[in-house]
Amino acid sequence: MARPLFVIILHIILALSLITSSCSKAPKGYSLLQLKGSDTEVSLALSLAEAYMDKDSLVSIAVTGGGSGTGIAAIINGKTDIANSSRPMKEKEISLAESQGVKVFTTLFAVDALAIIVNDQNPLDGLGTSQLGEIFRGEKDNWKAFGGEDLEINLYGRQNNSGTYIFFRDNFLKADYSPEAKQMNGNAQIVAGVREDPSAIGYVGLGYVVKKNGSIVDGLKILNIAQDSLFISPLEKDNITSGAYPITRPLYQFTNGKPSGKILEFIQFELSREGQELVSREGYYPLSPEHVMINKQNGLYE
Amino acid sequence: MNRNRTDRLFSYLFLGAGMLSVLILLGIFLMLLINGIRTFAEINPLEFLFGSTWNPSAYEKASYGIGSMLVSTLMVTLGAMIIAVPLGIGSAAYLSEIAPARVREILKPILEMLAGIPSVVIGFLGIVLLGPAIASTFGLNNGLNALNGSILLAVMALPTIVSVAEDAIRAVPNSFKEASYALGANRWITLTRVTLPASFSGIIAAMVLGMGRAIGETMTVLMVTGNNLSMPNSYFDSIRTLTATIAIELGEVAYGTTHYFSLFAVGAVLFTISLLVNIVAEWVASKFRY
Repeated sequence: MARPLFVIILHIILALSLITSSCSKAPKGYSLLQLKGSDTEVSLALSLAEAYMDKDSLVSIAVTGGGSGTGIAAIINGKTDIANSSRPMKEKEISLAESQGVKVFTTLFAVDALAIIVNDQNPLDGLGTSQLGEIFRGEKDNWKAFGGEDLEINLYGRQNNSGTYIFFRDNFLKADYSPEAKQMNGNAQIVAGVREDPSAIGYVGLGYVVKKNGSIVDGLKILNIAQDSLFISPLEKDNITSGAYPITRPLYQFTNGKPSGKILEFIQFELSREGQELVSREGYYPLSPEHVMINKQNGLYE
Repeated sequence: MNRNRTDRLFSYLFLGAGMLSVLILLGIFLMLLINGIRTFAEINPLEFLFGSTWNPSAYEKASYGIGSMLVSTLMVTLGAMIIAVPLGIGSAAYLSEIAPARVREILKPILEMLAGIPSVVIGFLGIVLLGPAIASTFGLNNGLNALNGSILLAVMALPTIVSVAEDAIRAVPNSFKEASYALGANRWITLTRVTLPASFSGIIAAMVLGMGRAIGETMTVLMVTGNNLSMPNSYFDSIRTLTATIAIELGEVAYGTTHYFSLFAVGAVLFTISLLVNIVAEWVASKFRY
């Protein structure tokens, strides 16, 4: 009885070793690129990667999310080729990277606008940026204060590994979020939560609430935002490219050192006219002249 | 001769397998402890356990208090047990004592299939189905709260509880029940006074296994409880559990920082809780063993 069992075990081991060895063989000259990080950028990076793979069949690009912090941690630990991030790297992270022998190189490749969303039952149409701060810091917790119904405000935000979470906090709260803020697991969950909740307010990448044909996800209302006194809608493309809409930010990609080889070719594709057109089609915005300038100074576009 | 040799070989093999699981358990605990203990170079242990503000990546000053998350974890677990234990033991009693064989043959596999549903799927249902249902039933603005988490965890713990409790009840010797009937007891009296008490240690084991599932479950609670960091006041509040905190933050944390070590300390706290639950259960069960 014992012998057949051993034979079976041996067979399993042999089979396993065959499987693993056959996996590791890839055609020559074939390269695999890894992109990791920002959840905001996943869908955009995926479309860019797919378009690029159509042009170059010798490249395979894998895009994963997890949040900007996750991507930055991965580039520091040498676990990804490109880190997607919706926020710049902090001083602390750059020095940590240097101590691991990673020299961070920054590319700007698109612009994203954040939409402030409420439930479509909310009578409000717009808010000022300072009011947004008051709401998300938890200083004002009833919609009545803003001319709405007598309803407690429910905050929907991202988790602290999110670049969007940090960006919004550092630029509009300038302090910590209210501890009452719900920390949702990604943009899509904020959308799902706000749709169900008449007292909700949340922030998400505009691409997650405006469909390809320009219509808004139903059940939601996108607020107009005023920096000073003029309410600006993010739904007008010009408002974003001109910089009139206040909640926009560039999207970043970090590499270890100035990119070269296939990584450089992919980044150049993203920055090309074709890549930037794809960026617009995906609900994001092409780089502004100032952003292009920064990339040029860094020695891209050559 | 040959047979003796294989017998011995296999007894060593199984001894090795048994020792391996003990070693793994020890290894995990040591790793949590060694990494976690370094948190306390910078943070007062009492402040860590009882402080109610957790904000390691704060705008100004980081704080590491797991108090509110500890309460949250205990709250959802307790809630899940309040729902799942009566339901579970009731179904187990029905399946083993009352249900006709055919019904049992259909019901038990269905119940066990419940255990095979991935936790993300259950969490998803919690967001799109149970959340809105809770909100409209209780007149709340949203259903992302501790109650939602408790109900879903109860659903996930149920198959374990039913399955283990049913085996325990079925293992009660027939002679016990026959003696009870012979003394003139009806089925209800026999079930509650004889069969259930006789299987008490097995039922406790069922409860502990179910509770272990509830304490350790991550994905579902992360999705449906809203992950709100403030101290919860009721089951209608959003909460963030210890498991969710590790899952959310470990991916992003920079290696070797206080934040990194503190997540291991959170893991050690979780481990200690489930260890305590197991020890207490073992003790209770041994007191009632027949």
